[in-house]
Amino acid sequence: MLIKQRPSWVLPESEVTPKSIYLNRRKFMTGAIASAATLAVPGLLHASDTSSDLKALDYRAAPEYSTDEKKTPLDDVTAYNNFYEFGTGKGDPAKYAGEMSVDPWSVEVEGECERPGRYALEDLLKPHDYEERIYRLRCVEAWSMVIPWVGVPLAAVIKQLQPNSRAKYVYFETLHDPKQMRAQRSLFSTVEWPYREGLRMDEAMNELSFLAVGLYGEALPNQNGAPIRLVVPWKYGFKSIKSIVRIRFTEEQPKTSWEMLAPSEYGFYANVNPEVDHPRWSQKRERRLPSGILRPNWIETSKFNGYGEQVAQLYKGMDLSRFY
Amino acid sequence: MAAVKHQTMILVVSKLLLFLAALLPLGFIVTDVLAGRIGPDPGQAITERLGLAAFQFLLLTLVVTPLRQITGWSGWLRLRRMLGLFVFFYACLHILAFLQLLVGWGDLWATFTQRPYIIAGASAFLLMVPLAATSTKAMMKRVGRGWKPLHRLIYPAAVLVWVHFLWQARSDITEMVIYGSVLFVLLLLRVYWFGLTTLIPLRRR
Repeated sequence: MLIKQRPSWVLPESEVTPKSIYLNRRKFMTGAIASAATLAVPGLLHASDTSSDLKALDYRAAPEYSTDEKKTPLDDVTAYNNFYEFGTGKGDPAKYAGEMSVDPWSVEVEGECERPGRYALEDLLKPHDYEERIYRLRCVEAWSMVIPWVGVPLAAVIKQLQPNSRAKYVYFETLHDPKQMRAQRSLFSTVEWPYREGLRMDEAMNELSFLAVGLYGEALPNQNGAPIRLVVPWKYGFKSIKSIVRIRFTEEQPKTSWEMLAPSEYGFYANVNPEVDHPRWSQKRERRLPSGILRPNWIETSKFNGYGEQVAQLYKGMDLSRFY
Repeated sequence: MAAVKHQTMILVVSKLLLFLAALLPLGFIVTDVLAGRIGPDPGQAITERLGLAAFQFLLLTLVVTPLRQITGWSGWLRLRRMLGLFVFFYACLHILAFLQLLVGWGDLWATFTQRPYIIAGASAFLLMVPLAATSTKAMMKRVGRGWKPLHRLIYPAAVLVWVHFLWQARSDITEMVIYGSVLFVLLLLRVYWFGLTTLIPLRRR
């Protein structure tokens, strides 16, 4: 008979402070601090509520895929984002992504596969167990973070959808709904919505490619791409498309948003590469966030963001300064 | 006599208020830093905000002449020097922050000559250096008749600053369009009132 023994340090569930209560405490504290600050400097504060009703996730750690570098604090990961559907300011997504509703959510699967159709998010994820992977994220703007994602390997989901032999690429789309995404209503946006991304099939099937549904053990906050987003850590951050509503298997290389916008600046591959500069700035170094005020936290950028061992073989024989 | 005194009072008070108001952008940055609200990439945020403040004050200096034309109060002109010096002040802080907080002081030549948007910004700054240097009463006297045409360098400087701003846009250019329209209208008003040659720096009329 298997007797489950509980180590002495495990608290019974009943003694753990329920999440709702400690979140409320936190909310109360930030509220108190905020009101004090507002009294001192009126009109300065715009409260951004990040973690009110996020649900905790069950997952196992995947140390084999995780870096042990210092993680970027949750507050920074959720307050400093590029999610242009909500504005181009780094704080805009935290401020406005609450206008997007992520439940219920469905993903349209189409193209060269045996299992096309409209999937409720739960059905797409049901067959898989969540794992936590701590990845580096390198933005094309020369800053980077270390983020503990929770999710499933992209390869597992793709296998479930059974792409056929004509599927050479997989294409993704973000939600396009100007009612929920305020910057999609902007008159002077040069992005042609919806936001589009894509991977070559072998890139998508690589063990590192990941579909995240959470970070720091909880469901993704909207500004980080809720409820489901791609994470491809050896590529610049813009490849890791957020709030996915469409997955299409294609024979032809799909057009991706940044490539459509400025083909001389952003390519389809967008592999992190210190040897190929962005035309407007250098990619040799990056600021690992949080960065200091007087001493910026500069580190050298590594080729493939340090994941060369897992992915370099995908690009054997390719001229990466041409296929950037 | 009383009327003159009254006028002087208004001018002194408005100068004082303007001086304090002009320090607000810097004050907001400092309070955000102290309150921990500046975010995880403070160098970037501070540099951008200082640059934007410089551009906003530049546009304000260009509002002075239209204000005088419309209101008929020439006191506005007396406020312009301070506004102009604040443009220079924020531009200096912007460049210092850029070097100290973002790129570092190594290989300055490469920093300022490799990227088109930085060349535009740096050129605008260089055009403003002689303007700041000739802003005192003594210098105005020394430069004499050349002062006015010299200070028309602010027009190309303003356009360069806008280009510097525009070239940093990655996708949404709403902000750049707004600032650009304001600048365009301010320049157009001058053409309307004084003719196209007003915009040409270093030429006496």
